[in-house]
Amino acid sequence: MTFALFGIDSIGDMFTDAWWKWAIVALIHAVIIVNFFAVAPLFYIWLERKVSGRIQDRLGPTRVGGKFGWLQTLADGIKLIQKEDLCPQAADGMLFRVAPYIVFVASFAAFIALPFSNGWIAQNLDIGLFFVLAVMSLEVIGIILAGYASGSKWALFGGMREAAQMVSYEIPMAICALIPIVAVGSLNLVEIGQMQSGWFLSDWLIFRNPFTFLGFFVYFTVATASVKRAPFDLAEAESELVAGFHTEYSGIRWSYFFMAEYAGMFAVSGIAVLLFLGGWYTGIAPLDNTLVSLQSAGPWGLSSYIVNLFFMVVFITKGSLLVFLQIWIRWTFPRLRIDQVMMTCLKYLLPMSCALFLGAVLWPLAMYQIKGGNEGDGRTQFFGEAIADKVTQLDSSATKSQPDTPLPAVEEEGR
Amino acid sequence: MFQEFLFWVFGIAVCGGALGVVLSQNIVRMAFWLIISLGSTSGLFFLLQADFVGAVQLMVYVGGTLVLLIFGIMLTASGPYVTMKTSPTEWVVAAIVSSALLGLITVSAFGVDWHAVDGVVSGHSTENRPEGYTTAQQGRTIRPLGFALLGVRPDKDLNQPGEPTGVGYLLPFEIVSVHLLVVLVGAAYLARAKRRVDPLAKTTAS
Repeated sequence: MTFALFGIDSIGDMFTDAWWKWAIVALIHAVIIVNFFAVAPLFYIWLERKVSGRIQDRLGPTRVGGKFGWLQTLADGIKLIQKEDLCPQAADGMLFRVAPYIVFVASFAAFIALPFSNGWIAQNLDIGLFFVLAVMSLEVIGIILAGYASGSKWALFGGMREAAQMVSYEIPMAICALIPIVAVGSLNLVEIGQMQSGWFLSDWLIFRNPFTFLGFFVYFTVATASVKRAPFDLAEAESELVAGFHTEYSGIRWSYFFMAEYAGMFAVSGIAVLLFLGGWYTGIAPLDNTLVSLQSAGPWGLSSYIVNLFFMVVFITKGSLLVFLQIWIRWTFPRLRIDQVMMTCLKYLLPMSCALFLGAVLWPLAMYQIKGGNEGDGRTQFFGEAIADKVTQLDSSATKSQPDTPLPAVEEEGR
Repeated sequence: MFQEFLFWVFGIAVCGGALGVVLSQNIVRMAFWLIISLGSTSGLFFLLQADFVGAVQLMVYVGGTLVLLIFGIMLTASGPYVTMKTSPTEWVVAAIVSSALLGLITVSAFGVDWHAVDGVVSGHSTENRPEGYTTAQQGRTIRPLGFALLGVRPDKDLNQPGEPTGVGYLLPFEIVSVHLLVVLVGAAYLARAKRRVDPLAKTTAS
């Protein structure tokens, strides 16, 4: 585990350093992420209102904060904090109160392993992608609990639909996320991002092979469903279930659900950007190379900081474009029925993602056969870049120490 | 220091959650306490630098199994907020079984010579430690894990007797997953068989 931002590089350092340094570093990371987590929904909710207004030939918010109504969300937030925190009599009080926090914490924790720039990450986990997917799958528990504990049939319906939807959509989402992983050979999101420097047509993973290209669209569809955005927003379904799982919620607890939803939208978009769309790189090779060479001038230099800031802006812009796409989709497509949602997943998206995954696994093999040779390029294609030289190294060491006698079949006990 | 503090936080949450499961009467509340307990267990794994195991714990137990559990409860419950009454006999049986298990765990935990184990790990000098165990790479064990699954162990000399044979763990892993598939097919078959003996279905069919 690395706190890359502040130079404390490992747990080992942490033990030698004073514990309060560790606490301060952790606190700063947490505060930065919490603030991003709070400000991003502020912007996206405003964006949603303006875009939906535009699509429906309205103006959207215009007055609060002068032009464009850009303070509308803040005004909403102040209103929501002032509202009474209601708990219905029929509700299971403890679960009702706790549910928004589970949702909130689950989508917040996803940001811990999301790199915003080259090395700007709270925790550079080796299993970054797996961690993000695992943590984001916890959100559904909070929503089911909210639906169940509300003591209202609308909320219960919403919770049931959410459970059915999430349990099925998690599978194609994980399989689609694996497609670029096969090409890269690493689950570390920083490594995946670094691998995509260079021209966007040749180095971004979406253009790596036909399967990653199609995989991106399947992933984006499934990701839209997994953050329960329209046309898959059956857990809310305003026109059918009043407000679905959050019917009984009001005030700040209600807004937790919405912060989590918009943050989740950015989280899945950020993963899409990292896995398919070149991460924090601009996709123009000379520009990126210049910036990276500037960055390596010194880890504490101002140039490094500015370059990282620029990369972060690129990353957030890419992610925001995908969020915009999700908003656009929401306001232009009609909502599916629950059976249609399940059918889309189980009969179309799941077989599609399985076929794409199989293709992505077989593609390097085919390339290996066509290009031939087991050195250099073919090897990189076959094993993925991250582990190619590792395998070469292992291979050479294995041929050196080739055993003459068959391997002893002694298994150490308790292993 | 901070690690120790977090260890106590997670440890108390694990035990408190487990107690909550036992003591609460409502099934969904039990599921909630189980979430606390299992989630904190994964927190303990993260503290121990076992990132992969921690994430698996979150994905499989908290994210997967518990959702199915709650889903099952909601589908089968006859009314809202079903409560469960535990009879005294059940308390006694459960107490015997759990205290036996506790005894077993305690005996085996204190039976290990931890200082000797510690010596094995810290016996390697910092440079010679296998990938993922060096000070700078704590918790980055996914690649060694993947290689070990395939039987590639750069950290071990495979020619030495008593060391792993280089076969890997892929075959047992696949056997287990096929076994799970069999269970799944069996469950689906049982669920279908019930529907066939439904008298209403018979009359409509004829």
